Amino acid sequence: MINGLKKWRLFTLMAALIFFLAGCGREEISTLIPAGGVAQDQFNLLLLSSAVMLFVIIVVTIVYVLAITKFRRSKLGDEMIPEQVEGSAKLEFLWTAIPIVLIIIIAIPTVYQTFDLADTRTMDVEAEDGSMTNLTVNVVAKLYWWEFEYPEQGIVTAQELVVPTDQRVYFNVVSADVKHSFWIPSIGGKIDANPENTNTFYLTFDQESSELEDGVFYGKCAELCGPSHALMDFKVKTMNAEDFEQWVTAMQEEPTSPSDELAQTGEQLFTEKTCIGCHATSGVGTTGGVGPNLATFGDRNRVAGILEHNEENLKAWIQDPQQFKPGNQMPDPSSYNNGEPLTEQELDALAAYLMSLSVEQ
Amino acid sequence: MSSNAQKSGFGATVWDYITSVDHKKIAILYLMSGGLFFLIGGIEAMMIRIQLMKAGNDFLSAGTYNEVMTMHGTTMIFLAAMPLLLGFMNAIMPLQIGARDVAFPFLNSLGFWLFFFGGIFLNLSWFLGGAPDAGWTNYASLALASESHGIDFYALGLTISGFGTLISGINFLVTIINMRAPGMTYMRMPLFTWTTFVASALILLAFPPLTIAIFFMVFDRLFGSHFFDVAAGGNTIIWEHLFWIFGHPEVYILILPAFGIFSEIFAIFSRKRLFGYTALVFATILIGFYGFMVWAHHMFTVGLGPTANAIFALATMIIAVPTGVKIFNWLLTIWGGSVSFATPMLYAVGFIPSFVAGGVTGVMQAMAPLDYQLHDSYFIVAHFHYVIVGGVVLAIFAATHLYWPKMFGTMLSEKLGKVTFWLFFIGFHLTFFIQHFLGLMGMPRRVYTFGADQGWDLFNAISSAGAVFMALGVIIMLVNVVLTTVKNERVGNDPWGDGRTLEWAIPSPPPFYNFAQTPLVRGLDTYWIEKMEGNKEGMIYAEPLGDIHMPNNSFLPVVMSFGLFVASFGALYHPDDLPWTIPVIVLGLLITFGSMLLRSLKDDLGFHIHKEDLIKDREGVKTDGH
Repeated sequence: MINGLKKWRLFTLMAALIFFLAGCGREEISTLIPAGGVAQDQFNLLLLSSAVMLFVIIVVTIVYVLAITKFRRSKLGDEMIPEQVEGSAKLEFLWTAIPIVLIIIIAIPTVYQTFDLADTRTMDVEAEDGSMTNLTVNVVAKLYWWEFEYPEQGIVTAQELVVPTDQRVYFNVVSADVKHSFWIPSIGGKIDANPENTNTFYLTFDQESSELEDGVFYGKCAELCGPSHALMDFKVKTMNAEDFEQWVTAMQEEPTSPSDELAQTGEQLFTEKTCIGCHATSGVGTTGGVGPNLATFGDRNRVAGILEHNEENLKAWIQDPQQFKPGNQMPDPSSYNNGEPLTEQELDALAAYLMSLSVEQ
Repeated sequence: MSSNAQKSGFGATVWDYITSVDHKKIAILYLMSGGLFFLIGGIEAMMIRIQLMKAGNDFLSAGTYNEVMTMHGTTMIFLAAMPLLLGFMNAIMPLQIGARDVAFPFLNSLGFWLFFFGGIFLNLSWFLGGAPDAGWTNYASLALASESHGIDFYALGLTISGFGTLISGINFLVTIINMRAPGMTYMRMPLFTWTTFVASALILLAFPPLTIAIFFMVFDRLFGSHFFDVAAGGNTIIWEHLFWIFGHPEVYILILPAFGIFSEIFAIFSRKRLFGYTALVFATILIGFYGFMVWAHHMFTVGLGPTANAIFALATMIIAVPTGVKIFNWLLTIWGGSVSFATPMLYAVGFIPSFVAGGVTGVMQAMAPLDYQLHDSYFIVAHFHYVIVGGVVLAIFAATHLYWPKMFGTMLSEKLGKVTFWLFFIGFHLTFFIQHFLGLMGMPRRVYTFGADQGWDLFNAISSAGAVFMALGVIIMLVNVVLTTVKNERVGNDPWGDGRTLEWAIPSPPPFYNFAQTPLVRGLDTYWIEKMEGNKEGMIYAEPLGDIHMPNNSFLPVVMSFGLFVASFGALYHPDDLPWTIPVIVLGLLITFGSMLLRSLKDDLGFHIHKEDLIKDREGVKTDGH
């Protein structure tokens, strides 16, 4: 009996633990597993407010449970007429004053953090050699993809944000069409990408993404922006400062033609089929791309931000983009290929070429 | 009961309701149409939960999901929750203050028909090229980019129904200020009347900003202006401000009457005077007042800057204080009472933990930096369903049980009522509690699908399972309504036995003139006072029995509203370059203004109920009422 009880206890404990772990979500995206200073601050606020609120809930629960158990008519008899109490000034004072104290407890860190998280004073500070002390990334949200420009480095990429760890990274966030919102849950809270003005904020990245199961943090669009709002994902690669420098240098180099024959055919097709009209393949540049810059395509974690990164998915995407992201701006092959879909050979070549575009090797 | 209504056939009864200016019949119209829209919104909710039941589901396409989600929110707020509450206000508030009707019975009817035609217009979008798809908040950049006519249906439909709501709000304000029975001072008004009063003031002040925003939207989309067109120098943030200057008070327009309903229930079913009545009244006023100072907490991530965010964060937190005062006063009303757990009281007792949970997550979101994480995630979805379902919907269900006998003269089944409560209550927490964690786990709101690799599968499945319980609860409630109506067991004046306010002193349903003689009010809970003093009549009178002046029925409110309905079709198709659009606008407006002119020119002096008829009626009621 006792043994059975113990087993049962162990079972419930395990169940609770599994539930708790599942309740934290995936480390790539959960706000409950902060991987950046801003998210950590916000998580601490969550803990503080949860504790205060738990106190409120406990007090209410005690009064509530006592009230609805002690004063049942079934216990008191049907004839009982309770005393018609008007109220109590003392009690009213008590339950006005205590909440005010509780609010002050959470208001102070709230105000402090609000100003702290909006503090962009170090953004434009120059070091002695004239370079900026902090990295700035210009984020442009477009129907359903993200463009990341590094103005000081003169490079631009899309869909995968690459940032160094352990330093402030400033973001200028704007939209090129409808309103979006830029959110990397495990790194820090969101800021809206408005069409009419640029919002500036900072984040810090404390963990290298290579340690994660999927190798990247997940970023999301958090403001309804049309049919494919749910699919407007991006990924974040974080690396130490040294690796980041290398990545920047590699991005700044002109891309070399692929050595593989199939990929070379793909490169030709990329020009012939006018893909290049929208998609740049060099990392050097500024914002304003019609389609995502593909200079780092081979290094990416996903195709179009959502599909597993393999040639099969890439080919399926090129052949019919609307099937995967309804309402996106990428044209159907028939519109640039004389009304025909691309042949299997053409798709193979294009896929081989795109997969060869890499700056990380 | 008016004798000619009993004799007439079905068609005549329908005509009587359509043309009625009687607040009790208009209340039933609100209840029926609000109930219908509630079912439509509920079906939309079930479609949402079916789609999100598992990762990568394809029950709804991306575009359709956005339409369903938008219409769910819009329908539930504007076409279900508000009219259902307006229905109860109409049914009960004039009785509570001892009035024979509202101040402007004709406008009351007009308010209903405007709401009704606006709601029908909005829902016709499903059949005429697609429903609105930019969310119930209809943010301007997406709304302007939306290609179908859905957004135009939203803008025009809400304009029409918004007029209706505004008219009702003004009507209730005037009624409460002017038509209280002698002795019914402000501080003797029942809490439901108080909350109706404050909610009506909020309607008066909050709807104009919405009307302006929607007018801008209509002109941008249909007549080529550029208020929100960024490329032409417009600004979409203006929409957000205007919408939320309306939108936040709107939440209190919904929750305050719910507070009022629960205040009545706690007092009745604890058989005890409301604890801290004065504090409850002032808390209501304060909540209404603060409601206008916190709208930007919906916009913490817009980039208004730290000063604005900090101010709005603090202002928002302050609202927790009067709300907490209310919760504790209700608890202390139960304390020391004699608590009967009839169905309305079950809802009220279920409301307290649900609303406290919704309240504390509200305070958490008031902390701007924390809100940067919670905003537009499933956390906020959980939060507002906790306050709207856990507060407003539970109140509507509670009021349905509480006031059904007063409105229809029959008692809903207590057994089925309790089954509904438990199904709905358990389903509600199962559906929404877990969504807090989905939000914290990074799930944005308004997503039509999610990948299997995000770690959200299990919790979404649980949430969808909960929705099934809620749906079952609602179905059983419908069965309850049908069975009760078929059985038709009549009840007396005070079916709950512990009524405290004036509405329980008169027959169920009341005669169409409510009070044969205007009552004299001697204190708070006037009927309770009379009962305790052994007054068998239930009230004392402020006037001798005499002739009563009553307004005539009128078909004109339907015609006026129908005119705007017609004109809206012209406006809607105007940008499509069709030749008939301008004539249709003109025709519609002619119908509306023509009927207004007719109303102004034709004298309608109403009629008198004679003293002898009142005496006959009273004796008739006495014999079958007791």
